Amino acid sequence: MQRSTSKGLFELFSSMRFAISLLTVLAIASVIGTVVKQNEPFNAYLNQFGPFWFPIFEKLGLYAVYNAGWFLVILAFLVLSTGLCIARQTAPMLREMRGFREHAREVSLRQFAHQAELPGGLPLGEQQARVAAYLAQQGFKARSDQREDGVLLAAKQGSASRAGYFLAHGAIVLICLGGLLDGNLPLKVQMWLGGKQTTGGNQLIADIPESARLGEDNRSYRGNVFIPEGRAANVAVVSLDDGILIQELPFTISLKKFHIDHYENGMPKRFASDIIVTDDATGESFEHTIEVNRPLEYRGVTMYQSSFDDGGSLLKIAGRNLAAGSQAPVLEIEGRVGETLQLNHPRFNYALELTGFTPFNVEDMGEGARAAEGAEGFTRHLGSGARATDDGRELRNIGPSFTFKLRDEAGQAREFKNYMLPIEQGGRWYLYTGTRATQAEAFRFLRLPVDDDGSIDTWFALRDIVFDPARRDELARRFAHTSFGDGEDTAELRKRLIETAVNTLMLFGEKGYESIGTFIEKGVPQAERERAADVFVKILQGLVWEAWQMTREQTGQAPLAIDEPRAAYLRDAIAALSDSLFYEAPLFMQLTGYEQVQASVLQVTRSPGKPLVYIGSLLLVLGVFAMLYIRERRLFVLLKHDGNGLVTLSSNRKAIDVDETFERHAAALRGLLDPAAPAPEATPRGQ
Amino acid sequence: MELAHPARSPSGVLRNRDLFDWLYALALVAGAGLALVRYGAFMDIYDDLILLLHVPVLIAIGWYWKPFRSFLAAVAGLSLASIWLYQGDLARAEQVFFLKYLISSQTAIMWMSALYFMATGAYWLGLLARSEFGEKTGSTLVWIGTAMGTAGLFARWYESYLVGPEIGHIPISNLYEVFVLFSLITALLYLYYELRYGTRRMGAFVMVVISAAVAFLLWYAFSRGAHEIQPLIPALQSYWMKVHVPTNFIGYGAFALSAMVGVAYLLVERGILASRLPAPRVLEDVMYKAIAIGFAFFTIATILGALWAAEAWGTYWQWDPKETWALIVWLNYAAWLHMRLTKGLRGTMLAWWAVVGLLVTTFAFLGVNMFLSGLHSYGNL
Repeated sequence: MQRSTSKGLFELFSSMRFAISLLTVLAIASVIGTVVKQNEPFNAYLNQFGPFWFPIFEKLGLYAVYNAGWFLVILAFLVLSTGLCIARQTAPMLREMRGFREHAREVSLRQFAHQAELPGGLPLGEQQARVAAYLAQQGFKARSDQREDGVLLAAKQGSASRAGYFLAHGAIVLICLGGLLDGNLPLKVQMWLGGKQTTGGNQLIADIPESARLGEDNRSYRGNVFIPEGRAANVAVVSLDDGILIQELPFTISLKKFHIDHYENGMPKRFASDIIVTDDATGESFEHTIEVNRPLEYRGVTMYQSSFDDGGSLLKIAGRNLAAGSQAPVLEIEGRVGETLQLNHPRFNYALELTGFTPFNVEDMGEGARAAEGAEGFTRHLGSGARATDDGRELRNIGPSFTFKLRDEAGQAREFKNYMLPIEQGGRWYLYTGTRATQAEAFRFLRLPVDDDGSIDTWFALRDIVFDPARRDELARRFAHTSFGDGEDTAELRKRLIETAVNTLMLFGEKGYESIGTFIEKGVPQAERERAADVFVKILQGLVWEAWQMTREQTGQAPLAIDEPRAAYLRDAIAALSDSLFYEAPLFMQLTGYEQVQASVLQVTRSPGKPLVYIGSLLLVLGVFAMLYIRERRLFVLLKHDGNGLVTLSSNRKAIDVDETFERHAAALRGLLDPAAPAPEATPRGQ
Repeated sequence: MELAHPARSPSGVLRNRDLFDWLYALALVAGAGLALVRYGAFMDIYDDLILLLHVPVLIAIGWYWKPFRSFLAAVAGLSLASIWLYQGDLARAEQVFFLKYLISSQTAIMWMSALYFMATGAYWLGLLARSEFGEKTGSTLVWIGTAMGTAGLFARWYESYLVGPEIGHIPISNLYEVFVLFSLITALLYLYYELRYGTRRMGAFVMVVISAAVAFLLWYAFSRGAHEIQPLIPALQSYWMKVHVPTNFIGYGAFALSAMVGVAYLLVERGILASRLPAPRVLEDVMYKAIAIGFAFFTIATILGALWAAEAWGTYWQWDPKETWALIVWLNYAAWLHMRLTKGLRGTMLAWWAVVGLLVTTFAFLGVNMFLSGLHSYGNL
């Protein structure tokens, strides 16, 4: 009973049906991992799937499908099935490869699909000689069997096709085993047996406990080494599940310089790290440059250019006050990317997290493509594959930018991206600052117009006056005087204008254009709204122009005469004043200087399974070609003392070329054995 | 049929050559020699190896499949003419008549597209009207279109160096370029089977998938400007690209071809066009042959990809969506071959399977770039 059960299991696991089912299951299981992004931080999954599904999917291992237990079990079954299949097939296959089946009886030969009569008449010895020579010349190996009524020549070729079976299927087993050695399994085993456990990512390397450290004797890992320029590292960080392990390396890597070269259009051209590797045991060291596609192997560890980051660039920042009504001095801030600085101020407390720095930003600043239609549109696509020069795109480096977060006391953070240099848009120049609440959003940009000196000082001075309640009256009074002069006759007009101007400033100081718009919608009948808006805009422009003159007076400069560029500046300045009320930060951080420090991220690996996988791959290719393209054929030629002979052919494939081959051989043999034909020249094989 | 069964012994292979065979081989050897002598300084050892390996492979293909010799000669002629007309100045693409309207890369690819569309029409006309003339026209148009497209890719290769010496690279680096490659390889595979099986009746079906690829190509160029030569990102700067990508597209092309033949098989089985199309056993045989060659090359391509990944990304396999879908495609056709060769399955089931296989293949080829993110994102739509 037990014997038959195990025999049944053997039959099942080594069966084709089971193997095909496994291939299908494996294919479907693989799809999951391409749909659910793999190895993301667990928080991302929590956001994506919600609190109900997140733990269920985690249990199912959907965040690292290809390392999940059940997936490895499928692979193990595939190896088992293939292995058993090989075991089961070995004996019969070898018999097939070796044997000629020269004892086949005529009755069974007559069952073959491909069979043809051969002419008799020649003496048997002559027949046999001619056929044997033909078979040898055609690349068959043959064996003869004497019978009562004649002789059977059993010939075969292409037996190597069967060897292809062993190569290809053995290769699958090898590749799976090699892959297993290079996957997460060895790490997991060390965690179970060696008592290792992962730890959180946010701590100093020196603080990481021994239980999360892997020694140099670990033979299989894949980790990242982060090295800022001018610094060195001798450990790699290995990510596993939602934590990390520290892998100690037998050498120290120092980064001299990290290079990024760009093409003209801003695409990256080359990433390279100039490193010095120092052997910890011998103290020997050498220099090397690692590039993408050009890894370095040393002491069994392979190092790749994987990524890069900021290595703690020094940023010099001027923090300019944006809080309404207080004229705080410019805050001089200096910090490195990656640092968190405390901004303490009588009116606010913020943590400034410097998160990134980019020295170049290549953007398309063009006006967009001109739409071409019809024949013209078509001919534009003729010619070379080079980019057309008139396609409306204009790639430009718009200078350095940096990103930071401002976190308030409640822990709420907003993210910012500020450009260092003014950027041209439609002939005018602006300083851009972007802000967003979460990573999922795109940055919304505030653009501050720069004055004739290329600075934003004027705008800030304007802002100080326009949004200062204490100076509202003074500004309104001056505006009224400029508008109507000092005469007695205009006193009433002036009074009314001052009132309106103060109201306008109050409204504008709340939510900029938005509150003025709301005011008009509520208080002005539909028909007069447009005119009212016009009046408001005119008053605002007059007020801000007046404020501009006040700032010049304060610094002892001569008053300005209005002209078109200044009018344009005025419009931009007012728009920026309005938008700045939604900027949700107490300070505008202006980058005034930097010293870039880059960091390179190298991936370091040890893959003990690689040779197995590569050998397996080679065998797989050989096996597949042998199975598909070496055609196994058996030709049986039965010759008789008297009467007609018989030729039959068997093949392990049914295909049209089998029919063709048979027809060709049958025709050739008929010709050879025709008693009327002259004897063929004795041609040795190979000619 | 012109295709003689090649003699088995090596000396027989050499003895059965005609003059054209020898001239063809000589031209290839001379061409490769000239390239090595004149431009060897610009090539590394891998470039040299790839160049040298091409010589015997192309000689073997040309000797075994005679029309290929004339095809390759035409491609060489057109490409060299294009290079000669350029005289090292990209602007001449707009000024010289033959460049602007015949053999600059974009124009040549437009010709290829137009010829493929016309060929599709001719094959269908030939099939429906039982017109041998229509089929022959279709065949000729495919040959010319393929020669134009191939020459177009070579011209594009040259143009990329004119855009900038540091930008120059083989034109198989983005979705636009590989779509051209896909059309060409599928067409060539089809032309081979056309001669091998002595029937032009399958052209109507195979050209449909090629026309679809060309339609996509045109949309991609006209509405997305995808035809512009772009420099190579660091990850693609490797000699592996030269072997990995074309090998892969032999696989894709063969799978696409088998699926279209599968469609023809299913129609014949239902009595549609049955008197016009080849016999089911012929269709089935082509289907098997195409999947066999596709599977063999896809296996090599995936392995080459793994070797490249090991060098560029630090591991030969990391379950990137493209890798995973390549595996799924491979498993799919592995199962197909097992069913046919070992289980002896035949007919409808396998034809349907080949058709579904094309959907899986298309997703691996296109869908992964469109819907999934990963390391192979060289051509987002």
